[in-house]
Amino acid sequence: MLSSPTIAANAGIALFLPPVYDIVWSAVPFALILAFFFFFVMPRFRKILDERAELIEGGIAKAEAAQAEASAQLEEYNELLAEARAEAGRIREQARTDGQAILADLKQQAQSEAARITATAQQQIEAERQAAVVSLRTEVGTLAIQLAGGVIGETLTDDAKATAIVDRFLADLDADEKATT
Amino acid sequence: METALSTSALVTASLLRPFAGEDGQFKAPGIDEFVGLPALFFEGTPFEINRIIMVRLIALAIMVLLMYLALRKSRLVPTRGQGAAEMALDFVRVQIAEQILGERLGRRFLPLLASLFFAILAMNITGIVPFANIAGTSLVGMPLTMALVSYVAFIYAGIREVGGWPFIRNALFPPGVPPVLYLLLAPVELINIFIMRPVSLALRLLLNMMVGHLLLVLAFAATNFLVVNVGGAAAAFGALTLFGGIVITLFELLIAVLQAYVFTLLTAVYIQQAASDHH
Repeated sequence: MLSSPTIAANAGIALFLPPVYDIVWSAVPFALILAFFFFFVMPRFRKILDERAELIEGGIAKAEAAQAEASAQLEEYNELLAEARAEAGRIREQARTDGQAILADLKQQAQSEAARITATAQQQIEAERQAAVVSLRTEVGTLAIQLAGGVIGETLTDDAKATAIVDRFLADLDADEKATT
Repeated sequence: METALSTSALVTASLLRPFAGEDGQFKAPGIDEFVGLPALFFEGTPFEINRIIMVRLIALAIMVLLMYLALRKSRLVPTRGQGAAEMALDFVRVQIAEQILGERLGRRFLPLLASLFFAILAMNITGIVPFANIAGTSLVGMPLTMALVSYVAFIYAGIREVGGWPFIRNALFPPGVPPVLYLLLAPVELINIFIMRPVSLALRLLLNMMVGHLLLVLAFAATNFLVVNVGGAAAAFGALTLFGGIVITLFELLIAVLQAYVFTLLTAVYIQQAASDHH
């Protein structure tokens, strides 16, 4: 119990003058708190923050790697596609030239075949003509003999008469030949 | 929250010693709330423990225990406790350390700043915790110790970052001032930086917590006195003082956090000023 203002004023100083035990029970606990934060709380806290940052950065790096891989694959795919297109073009070109070559070949074959056939036909015709000429000659001979007989049967004094006969005969022959062909 | 607070207010009121003097007069709470408290243990030794010291030790022990439990099994995906602890630590890291000191110095001084913040917060908050009802920082020893730590920290930062003499020169003879003014400036800065800073740090915290406690005691003691000792119509005024006490309790919650923040922030500012080449 405070009896006078003077004592109260003096006692007020005590508020700001710590007794020894107050100093002891301030310094020791606070030193422990400092140690606790330095050696337990902050390392833990930093570890969590670092791990979390690492996780996020790792995720970003992973995403970047995936993106790079995807773009590489895309490039590769495009390259393959271009290659395939070029290959297809080449094959098409080859086919076209091949086709043209085959066509030309066939044309040539056809032409030579045609020429051969024509030649054969001409040869045959020539042969037949030869045969015809030969057979005609033979027939002409025979007929000439018959004719001669006929002429002999008649008088052969008139040359003009004989010439007319022969001419008529040959004209007949021509007409005959024309009729048959 | 509300019921908890009003319960706390009732408990506070019931725990107070009857504040009526022998003659039935109302006796306002005074310095005997803080000075001359009876010893509970180790009386007369340097390890004497009274009520406030005990509250202080218990508050710090609980804070350490909570921090330990929250961070014991730290995981990437935090549990609720770890999340809360991380949020509080992140507040000190981002809002105080990194904002004032930047990345590098902030990292170096974060353990100190976090220790100050959480120790002060834990001891301040006991001012409105039922059965404790006194802030662990309302005895001068603790604010003084922490102010001393802050003092040593900013002088250390100055000597380490810019060197002993440049630090003193920057502090006492700030560049860009006419030399004549140094006659005036040097003593003022000497007193300001090397005496007033730690003293004001300690006194700001100490007096805030003391006065907060006195306000609370006054409100609840008056309530007790009006209702119990006077009774009748005066009991209505008792309701008024009780309501006032509840409001002050809420206010004290704000003050508890704010003083922890201010103390830590000023420490960071002092370190920053000491560590920078020119300020």
